[in-house]
Amino acid sequence: MAKIIHNPLVLSSSRSAEKSESCCKLSGPTSFMSSKFLGNKLLSTNSATSPATRRSAAVVAVSSDVVKEKKLKSSSSLANLLITKEEGLVLYEDMILGRAFEDMCAQMYYRGKMFGFVHLYNGQEAVSTGFIKLLKQEDCVVSTYRDHVHALSKGVPARQVMSELFGKTTGCCRGQGGSMHMFSKEHNVLGGFAFIGEGIPVATGAAFTSKYKREVLKEDCDEVTLAFFGDGTCNNGQFFECLNMAALWKLPIVFVVENNLWAIGMSHLRSTSDPQIWKKGPAFGMPGVHVDGMDVLKVREVAQEAIGRARRGEGPTLVECETYRFRGHSLADPDELRDPAEKAHYATRDPITSLKKYLFENNLANEAELKAIDKKIDEIIEDSVEFADESPVPARNQLLENVFADPRGFGIGPDGKYRCEDPKFTQGTAQV
Amino acid sequence: MYQWRMIRSATAILSFFSKASIAYTFVETEASMAAASFGVSSAAVQAVKSSASPLPSLPVIRSEARPISGRINRSRNAGKIATHAVAAQTENPASAASKPGHEVLLFEALREGLEEEMERDPRVCIFGEDVGHYGGSYKVSKGLADKYGDLRVLDTPIAENSFTGMAVGAAMTGLRPVVEGMNMGFLLLAFNQISDNCGMLHYTSGGQFTIPTVIRGPGGVGRQLGAEHSQRLESYFQSIPGIQMVACSTPYNAKGLMKAAIRSENPVVLFEHVLLYNLKERIPDEEYVVSLEEAEMVRPGEHVTILTYSRMRYHVMQAAKTLVNKGYDPEVIDIRSLKPFDLYTIGNSIKKTHKVLIVEECMRTGGIGASLTAAINENFNDYLDAPIVCLSSQDVPTPYAGTLEEVTVVQPSQIVTAVEQLCR
Repeated sequence: MAKIIHNPLVLSSSRSAEKSESCCKLSGPTSFMSSKFLGNKLLSTNSATSPATRRSAAVVAVSSDVVKEKKLKSSSSLANLLITKEEGLVLYEDMILGRAFEDMCAQMYYRGKMFGFVHLYNGQEAVSTGFIKLLKQEDCVVSTYRDHVHALSKGVPARQVMSELFGKTTGCCRGQGGSMHMFSKEHNVLGGFAFIGEGIPVATGAAFTSKYKREVLKEDCDEVTLAFFGDGTCNNGQFFECLNMAALWKLPIVFVVENNLWAIGMSHLRSTSDPQIWKKGPAFGMPGVHVDGMDVLKVREVAQEAIGRARRGEGPTLVECETYRFRGHSLADPDELRDPAEKAHYATRDPITSLKKYLFENNLANEAELKAIDKKIDEIIEDSVEFADESPVPARNQLLENVFADPRGFGIGPDGKYRCEDPKFTQGTAQV
Repeated sequence: MYQWRMIRSATAILSFFSKASIAYTFVETEASMAAASFGVSSAAVQAVKSSASPLPSLPVIRSEARPISGRINRSRNAGKIATHAVAAQTENPASAASKPGHEVLLFEALREGLEEEMERDPRVCIFGEDVGHYGGSYKVSKGLADKYGDLRVLDTPIAENSFTGMAVGAAMTGLRPVVEGMNMGFLLLAFNQISDNCGMLHYTSGGQFTIPTVIRGPGGVGRQLGAEHSQRLESYFQSIPGIQMVACSTPYNAKGLMKAAIRSENPVVLFEHVLLYNLKERIPDEEYVVSLEEAEMVRPGEHVTILTYSRMRYHVMQAAKTLVNKGYDPEVIDIRSLKPFDLYTIGNSIKKTHKVLIVEECMRTGGIGASLTAAINENFNDYLDAPIVCLSSQDVPTPYAGTLEEVTVVQPSQIVTAVEQLCR
């Protein structure tokens, strides 16, 4: 089922930005590993293997047949476009929403409207848009602390996310979660987790429910779960344990690795014995795919296949998206460690500009339409900030409200009544 | 000499009582060993001198009386017999003796509870190591995999953190998983998921997602299982906001708590005890559920309130027999709900007796007893005639050696001593 595609050509990074060629040319890990910016780091940390050796190990990916087929088919002509105009505009709008929202977050943070740890997603929009725009409402998404854009892509209104960030009671989690804990039952966003790796078992559980519904409850269920996490998480035990269980039980889940090469200040190459994360999929019996995460169309193509696999009950897939975050790890991170040349390099591969270029080149949209979308998004963002500003802060009686689903869990007080029946409880002044 | 006279009279008294109860002998010699380890001798001498005890010359608290060493060997056998005596004592007033019911062992009661809930609600499922084909390492889920299939009774790989997280994810999306830790100690590996996800997600999601999981497993000190399999972990979990903790001690409350925990919308940690799985009791045929937040009155009394849970309930009841023979009237309450505490039942008892003794198997530092002491002091300080005495297990990793293991946990003789001191 899974085939190794040997690509003898060394793919340079500029090639991966070309939309006119087959979108499924999975750019090899060599393209970013051999770039000169990381070359120095490679030499200093991995004296055992020279960059030359790495470059020649040009095994691109192990991917399914369907992807390979598509690659052969569409490499011939430009006639088979990957997206329709509507789809293109949806993708564009979603990425602009993500970018504009995150930029506004930064502004608001520095103005003192939100506090704590805020992790922005600038530069990685292609992964979120590419995957989540293929999902239905019932499908679940599990993310990490860098979750604003995942929530937005899934359909959580920008107002609710901004309110949550401001800590207002109209936020999606009533102000109780914050930046790192975006949840939405309506849109099936299962979080938002502060500890890395914590969400992967939760995603595995959601996928298990889907299988359970199908096989035990005999419901017609083909819900899929996506678990998003970073390169740092791929060295964590929970990642491997869940890969094992998902492959073992053929759970309908896609593990999406947003490999942005940095875990705060720890370079992926310095912390991982084998930096090619997609290889870890086949080790557990699932296909591992590497894709250029700065190109929304390539991501979407791979996502279609992976999500399709999961829906058909064929099991999980591990997708490694090579991507990059333009800002620091969080708004508190001075981001001094990364090479400015590296940042500049990836800035040229900005997913939004790439998609724009593709839309123009293939006459799917013109300047005016995209400008209209930009304006619309700006208005949405402005409105969300206004809404969040005007929303009330949580009252004191909200403090104890959601600790237990069944508030009898607070126990029986000395007077014999359940504490939750005490009127002082709702005022937030009861003692527990 | 004073000592010899006392030993002679003690021997006479012992021979009198030995016909009445074998467990009694066990208590005696255990006490001496215990006293020797803990150096309670000074207190012992004091107690001997006190006139409150009707039998001041009993060597219960003697540490110097080495001739008792001969009886220490007998105590080994008496120890085994005492266990049976414990089992026979589970005639629980709450177990509805009027109805015929059926006899079960505790693990069977747990299984009945599980099965009834699985029958009732198809979303109830079990995750754990060896719960399926093997039937559970303590046979709690025996036969369930055959009946409900491999997906409902899921044999997981050995990845506690991940399968507990899986249970959280499944609970968030509509299932009601019961997670079995083969030993409660293994759940330390799942602590991240239990604390951050089980406990907190209902809150951090603003009430959007409920996590109706039950996390259960055997804990406590067994028979020479070694340090890591004999952990008393109730204290570790008690600060987690958002979870409830209950401890079962009889087949009746085991089944009731299991059912209540599964039906509860909150995440519940159900603590079972390795040594209690073979307790036999007659439980009702009809369906029943026990409240998760209420404590159980085991033995009403007037003189002192003894609060306990899980296995220590049996040590307390054993000590109670001694105490009754000595003329005390202890009120024994099995608190059952470790988090939150049932301050109503406890409070009413304290208002009656004005003295509290807490007997627990948990660690001394930061244990359930410590929390309970704080809660009682806060709420019922006015009603107390004496400071609360808390007997917990020692702050040591459970040793393998049988002798050391015995003195790691609270023994009935210590309980008797403590009551006598309290009631002076």
